[in-house]
Amino acid sequence: MSQHIEEHPIVDYPSRTPVTFSFDGRTLTGLAGQPIAAALLDNGISVFRHTHKTGQPRSLFCGIGQCNDCVVVVNGKPNVRSCTTPLEEGMVIETQHGLGKVGVL
Amino acid sequence: MRTTDLLVIGSGPAGLGAAIEGARCGAKVLLVDENTKAGGQLYKQIHKFFGSGAHYAGTRGFQIADILLQEANDLGVETLLDTRALGRMDNGCVSILHQGKVEAVEAKKVILATGAKENALAFPGWTLPGVMTAGAAQTFSNVHGTLVGKNILMVGSGNVGLIVSYQLMQAGAEVRALVEAAPQITGYLVHAGKIQRAGVPVYTSHTVVEARGTDRVEEAVIAQVDEKFRPIPGTEQTIPVDTILLAVGLNPRTELASMFRCRTTYEGALGGILPVHDAWMRSSDPNVYVCGDLAGVEEANTALEEGRLAGIHAAVSLGYTAPHAQARMEELQESLRSLRSGAHAARRLACKERIMEKGGACHV
Repeated sequence: MSQHIEEHPIVDYPSRTPVTFSFDGRTLTGLAGQPIAAALLDNGISVFRHTHKTGQPRSLFCGIGQCNDCVVVVNGKPNVRSCTTPLEEGMVIETQHGLGKVGVL
Repeated sequence: MRTTDLLVIGSGPAGLGAAIEGARCGAKVLLVDENTKAGGQLYKQIHKFFGSGAHYAGTRGFQIADILLQEANDLGVETLLDTRALGRMDNGCVSILHQGKVEAVEAKKVILATGAKENALAFPGWTLPGVMTAGAAQTFSNVHGTLVGKNILMVGSGNVGLIVSYQLMQAGAEVRALVEAAPQITGYLVHAGKIQRAGVPVYTSHTVVEARGTDRVEEAVIAQVDEKFRPIPGTEQTIPVDTILLAVGLNPRTELASMFRCRTTYEGALGGILPVHDAWMRSSDPNVYVCGDLAGVEEANTALEEGRLAGIHAAVSLGYTAPHAQARMEELQESLRSLRSGAHAARRLACKERIMEKGGACHV
């Protein structure tokens, strides 16, 4: 959890329960209720998606659900905004390649 | 179909202000927000606010949000979260997407408080993972407890760039440099002093010209700019960073206002294209109010006061009366004038006066 903030001089973060999830087949741990993007960053993952035409890497950009740059595939469903979707136990998360039509990833 | 007196769209400071005052006057208020938590961007503001006691001076942003939410709750404001306003239908109802279903809301008055979005800045490499808005870094650090990076280049010396730099340092990141294209720091010097005293180099008349890296940012190239903001060849410097944050202004989220056919104007100093409004925050449509950053990007305090003014005026125009409603509206107008006083706010005040002149002309 290299990027996770353990202690902050002003903020008391809510206490969250550790959960297990998978990312591209790897089993990882995160915290229940934190945004998926935060769990990925905490695990040192910075590429969330590759673009449709040229396959360029993309990641977090606006952080508040406006820009849709950070979408990933969650439990088989594409175009899920990782910055606003809370992490849950057992989630199967994958890098999204392209536009992410259901079943045609 | 849901029916209400006031439908408030957006639950940041402006929307909360409108909902609270509308409900206080006795109007039935429905507040909707697309996020799972109300409060808008106040929750990522962990610094103490300036101003007078009436404007929550000395209180941190997230504490102000808690106070306002409690007040709205106590006054019986009905709040639907995770609910997106989609637009106005032909019959005048507003369609909302709530729990996976589209529903119609029939509202006598609609108050738009949709806020603003951060500007992007295009340069070679700007789409690499690790380049993002300063607000994203602020949200992740202050709300979610995750640093988006450890070594940071901040682009922009407005209050967002200065405050977020300081807050990321509080959370344990290193800010390697801050660049500002203008020849001087544009935000408050009290904020700039905090990062300069901590040793962050501030390069004025400089911009970022390239982000380099394979799968994420590994270094940034900055360069000096001339008086027309063009990079000067030969002045490039390379800084090893993993993150480049863009704090280059915000622009109003006018999508819904446009769907409501609100008349717009352009005011660069307030973020760009925005709906005009009169002195009581009515748009060109007397049944649609606009307030907060949507009506011109300023600060949380102005947003809150504009929202309050819109809420009272909308309720009063529906026949609700609260004691001293008229006096309260005048007080709020005076408060807004005082928030826009002083040399730093002169441009904003001039913009607002033009907007209100155009907005007022819609209702004669």
